[in-house]
Amino acid sequence: MALNRVFDIAGSAMAAQSTRLNTTASNLANADSVSGDPNKVYRARQPVFEAVPTFANSLQGEQSAMAVRVRGVIESQAPLGQRFAPEHPDADENGNVWTSNVSTVEEMVNMLSASRSYQSSIDVMNTTKDLLVQTLSMGR
Amino acid sequence: MDINPFAKHAEALKLRGYRNEVLATNIANADTPGYKARDFDFGAALAGARMDGIPLARTDAQHLTPTGGQSLSTRDALAYRVPYQPSLDGNTVESDIEQAAYAENVVGYQASLNFLNQKIRGIRGAIKGEI
Repeated sequence: MALNRVFDIAGSAMAAQSTRLNTTASNLANADSVSGDPNKVYRARQPVFEAVPTFANSLQGEQSAMAVRVRGVIESQAPLGQRFAPEHPDADENGNVWTSNVSTVEEMVNMLSASRSYQSSIDVMNTTKDLLVQTLSMGR
Repeated sequence: MDINPFAKHAEALKLRGYRNEVLATNIANADTPGYKARDFDFGAALAGARMDGIPLARTDAQHLTPTGGQSLSTRDALAYRVPYQPSLDGNTVESDIEQAAYAENVVGYQASLNFLNQKIRGIRGAIKGEI
């Protein structure tokens, strides 16, 4: 039945959006971290979503129901920040420390977008649950 | 009285359920790069599905082929939505439009359910001899 698959679809979307919220939290927490080695400094992470057919769907060979999957988490290639701070214990031989390339504004936007999308998926799931319950009690 | 008073609403309910799934897919993939939102024309699909009830079994080559109407061929009729504001990542889902369509579809589903419930209540009343 078509309504049952909505739980798979909305559930996968919620899982994907919570992964996005997790990476956002991780990025914001490490926004101010510094390192003396540019290869070790924290770089912003972003999940990449893709649409995949749900399992129940792929059995029947139709492409109507597409769940969301996190294909991977990529690291931002934006340039790192550099600061001259010779008194810093992590500074390199030139007296520089490297700061992460997390953009706090972008992360706040990401957080809002992810939480809105998560809420829409919850709404879809709740509404579908109500419909299913009503359908089950048909004719009572 | 119809031979099968439930047929029309049963088809409508099936189609509403299917559309619910399609729209839920759109909402779920609102942030997926490259995903194209899809939908189908509910009125046309119902008009196509309404013609036939339960298909007759053709056990002999000389039996007539029933014409008009095919059951739930909507999966072929899925079309891509034309976005009002296309986005750079190729995604064509517009959340507000999808949510409006979803709400409309849910109301339609509940309307069909109500009609079915009323019919069942009416028939049960007739059987029991209640007013």
